[in-house]
Amino acid sequence: MNRFAYLRPTDIAEAVRAIAADPSARFIAGGTNLLDLMKYEVERPTRLIDITRLPGLDAVEETASGGLRIGALVPNADLAHDPRIAARYPLLASAILAGASPQLRNAASTGGNLLQRTRCYYFYDVGTPCNKRAPGAGCPAIDGVNRIHAILGTSTHCIATHPSDMCVALAALEAKVHVAGPNGERTIAIGDFHRLPEDRPDIDTTLAHDEIIVAVELPAEGFAGHCTYLKLRDRLSYAFALVSVAVGLAMDGDAIGRARIALGGVAHKPWRVPEAEALLQGRPPTEESYAAAADRLLAGARAYRDNGFKIELARRAITRGLAQAASGTPQSQTDKRIR
Amino acid sequence: MANGETYFGTARGRVDGPAKVTGSARYAAEFAAADLAHGHVVSAAIAKGRIAAIETAAAEAVHGVLRIFTHANRPGTAWRDARYRDEVAPPGSPFRPLHDAKIVFSGQPIALVVAEDDATARYAASLLRVRYAAEPHATDLERQRGQAYVPRRKRTGIAPPPKPRGDAQKAFDAAPVRIDHEYRVAVEHHNPMEPHASTVIWEGDGRITVHDKIQGVQNSLGYITGVFGLSQKNVRVLSPFVGGAFGSGLRPQYQLFLAVMAALDLKRSVRVELTRDQMFTLGYRPATIQRVALGAAPDGTLQAILHDAIAGTSTFEDYQEVVVNWSSLLYHCDNVALTYRLAQIDTYTPADMRAPGATLGVFALESAIDELAYAAGVDPLEIRRRNYTRTDENEGKDFTSKELMECYRLGAERFGWSRRSAAPRSMREGRELVGWGVASGAWEAMMMKTSARAALTADGRLEVATATADIGTGTYTILTQIAADALGLPMESVTARIGDSALPHSPVEGGSWTAASAGSAVQAACRAVREKLFSAARAAENSPLANADPSHVRFVNGRIVLAADPARFITVADAMRAAGLERLEEEATASPDSATQKRYSAYTHSAIFAEVRVDAQLGVVRVTRIVNAVAAGRIINPRTARSQIIGGVVFGLGMALTEESLPDHALGRFMNHNLGEYHIPVNADVPAIDVIFVDEHDDKASPLGVKGLGEIGIVGSAAAIANAVYHATGTRVRSLPMTLDKLLPEKPAGRA
Repeated sequence: MNRFAYLRPTDIAEAVRAIAADPSARFIAGGTNLLDLMKYEVERPTRLIDITRLPGLDAVEETASGGLRIGALVPNADLAHDPRIAARYPLLASAILAGASPQLRNAASTGGNLLQRTRCYYFYDVGTPCNKRAPGAGCPAIDGVNRIHAILGTSTHCIATHPSDMCVALAALEAKVHVAGPNGERTIAIGDFHRLPEDRPDIDTTLAHDEIIVAVELPAEGFAGHCTYLKLRDRLSYAFALVSVAVGLAMDGDAIGRARIALGGVAHKPWRVPEAEALLQGRPPTEESYAAAADRLLAGARAYRDNGFKIELARRAITRGLAQAASGTPQSQTDKRIR
Repeated sequence: MANGETYFGTARGRVDGPAKVTGSARYAAEFAAADLAHGHVVSAAIAKGRIAAIETAAAEAVHGVLRIFTHANRPGTAWRDARYRDEVAPPGSPFRPLHDAKIVFSGQPIALVVAEDDATARYAASLLRVRYAAEPHATDLERQRGQAYVPRRKRTGIAPPPKPRGDAQKAFDAAPVRIDHEYRVAVEHHNPMEPHASTVIWEGDGRITVHDKIQGVQNSLGYITGVFGLSQKNVRVLSPFVGGAFGSGLRPQYQLFLAVMAALDLKRSVRVELTRDQMFTLGYRPATIQRVALGAAPDGTLQAILHDAIAGTSTFEDYQEVVVNWSSLLYHCDNVALTYRLAQIDTYTPADMRAPGATLGVFALESAIDELAYAAGVDPLEIRRRNYTRTDENEGKDFTSKELMECYRLGAERFGWSRRSAAPRSMREGRELVGWGVASGAWEAMMMKTSARAALTADGRLEVATATADIGTGTYTILTQIAADALGLPMESVTARIGDSALPHSPVEGGSWTAASAGSAVQAACRAVREKLFSAARAAENSPLANADPSHVRFVNGRIVLAADPARFITVADAMRAAGLERLEEEATASPDSATQKRYSAYTHSAIFAEVRVDAQLGVVRVTRIVNAVAAGRIINPRTARSQIIGGVVFGLGMALTEESLPDHALGRFMNHNLGEYHIPVNADVPAIDVIFVDEHDDKASPLGVKGLGEIGIVGSAAAIANAVYHATGTRVRSLPMTLDKLLPEKPAGRA
């Protein structure tokens, strides 16, 4: 771990000024990912700006449009167990509880969860080249140990996946990310927040270096009656998703009214394809409908050396997730039997 | 003078439990000294080649850095290989840290940065710039298997495959039912909770006290004195508590060399603790490719067993373990051919890892036996009974005891095996396929020559001591029980001391031999004390025992009583006072009986039953039930014994379903070197585990009648789970771990 300066600003403006002044500075809240990255020498910030004392970022509040605004410092555990989230956005609560461990969820913040970095083995091992750490160095994962890597939206530079569970639910819910910067606040749609690797895999999000996440806003529609978060992984808890699927459905009688589907573990960002969701509109909740949506979602998926199974696994996970949501029997995160 | 047993055979909590849960038990990296410096290891990024240059200037400029050791400036150490060869070293030329510029495995330590504090050492280490002259490496056993050879020099204590019996190939060719497949198990790393660490306390005048994470303090002592040319009187090694090891602490690891080297050179105390990712640069369970071919009569009776294994080893040592011998130990067969060969790869030397060899060999064998059962249409449990052997056909000896048949019976009864439906995929519940599997297990019941001391003081307290270790197994507790019984004292009056090289000789704690070996030594030492004490008691003035024969008395509750008339007794304290004794101390050595060993083979056995539930479409496996019936002679402490078996089963569950060190052969390096991506089972993966200890009388395996429990829990576990997965799904996975991608059923017809 390198040596760094530590400062603890008392308001958002001061925090923004501090980060703007130092291109190698990093914000720290829960630190559940950043500290690991520092110990592995992947991140070597010159300055850590501790935002945990910033006022006004730790509440969950009602919005005028009937949704909720979640402060960036709200811990993952508090959020998952907030009665309003549990009742109106069970998809989000479920996704959070599918991730990490109770200890990590206690420490991790809402804003920090959005900024988790990939768990690609090579990214964490400074003894190997990595385009995400050092653009142009090369990517050994593309022809290497890539069973956990992406099948969608990859580039010739990077096949890493985005690791968050929470963000997959946020994508399905079409959340908005409120950020503050030197020029005031702006809002980024969750779908535009994370980016694909393209030729700059070192850049994970569209958040500028001098901006800070202040809140995540949920729209009124939470799909509470028909949703699920189904996560498939290499052990029954405490592992990143090989494939995960967040589904929210609005039923229209016996048919599907509106559908939202987001995939985790398959791309550099939570993966959504609105055309796939549109295919379900007005359709009966049948295997046939689900299969058509799955095929559209996975169009263009590419198998690398070890991860070809993810394409079929994702197809089946989508189908099962849609069935769970349609029948109103969401996946439990404590009973490990898949419904 | 046979004593009653108050504690032996009864469930007791760990005597070291309170120290462990309150944090007062200290581990190797938790000892300190006023002059303590901290060393951080720098690991090689290539698998083979040479160090062209190490630029240390930037690191040396960091305030607080004391010295940076590399091959270029390291202090001199012993020249001959023999000096580096520890008690359990395989044949070859042991790795010497910082010896020269040559790189022989990825992650090899190439520098030690020593600084005033750990953070400084770690930071300075990150500033080192290393230039390599890389050479092509070979780390893929699949590509090196053509180079396999029979190791010329055998590893001590590791039996090579037995000579062929009958004509296995001919019998196989003629057999009506045949099975012939290859089996693979992924490389696994031990991953004990406590990382390897050594704290060397500089005592002045060239004397050092070494706190080492090790399963045998005297093994480290021998290594240190040999390598650094130190006198035994100037070195003391301590390891009173070990936070798990599973075999990774049998051999001294490189952090010990580096810490001692730095301490002697700097003449101050030094600690070196490995990081979690560096734990993946130590030894590991070797990649092993096995082929098992079984030929049988239509009723499943074995007619031929062929079992061949090719295992990876390093380029500098021929690591060996017993992989194939189990195939002709567990079953009767007249035609047997077993081979075991090694192939060199550019990694560190593999290491003994819980039930080394047996976990691999028995997985392959017990999978193949299961395949044979289906091919012959015989129940998988019945086929095992049908091929039962009552003798060790490898050695041509009788067993000291073998209650495996009773394991099958009791295990099946508890599990409800008779309710199993025979066909694969026939026990469905909703979307889940249910499967039941069984496997046998065996492990050698060894006893090693061990010495112990017992010291009774006039206040009625007893201390027993031997240099063995407690790696979480319960050694402290069982030694306390054995000693308390031998002298009729309450357990609270007995203290067990272990993990100190100054104590009477003990081998490393491994191979499941510690209970039999250290236990017998402690009992012998206590009996020697008892004899002296009895003489003193008889000689005491007006002794009620004056005319008693040793066989007439019992030692009970701090008293020596006449068995025929318990009202007549003398207290231990009075007896010692009468003889003017403040302290009565005896040392004794327990050795295996060579005449018995010539005539008998000693093994523990197990029958393990597993239930799995597999999602029919998604391939997700849940293990929902385990019953493990174990025959291991007498059980000293059913509570710690059960924990041993449960731990072994969980270890086997990891091997079956989740654990895998993933090598990148282009880089010659394991990639998932952390506990986030190397998947040890978590609580959610582990079901209720039902352990049965089958009654087994054994008066030959050891003086105590115990056989050891450290390994037997894991041996059959992976095969039982794999067999259950086959029964559930109809998919036979011959390559562990059985991750869900291997169980994704074929794509539905008509879909691209």
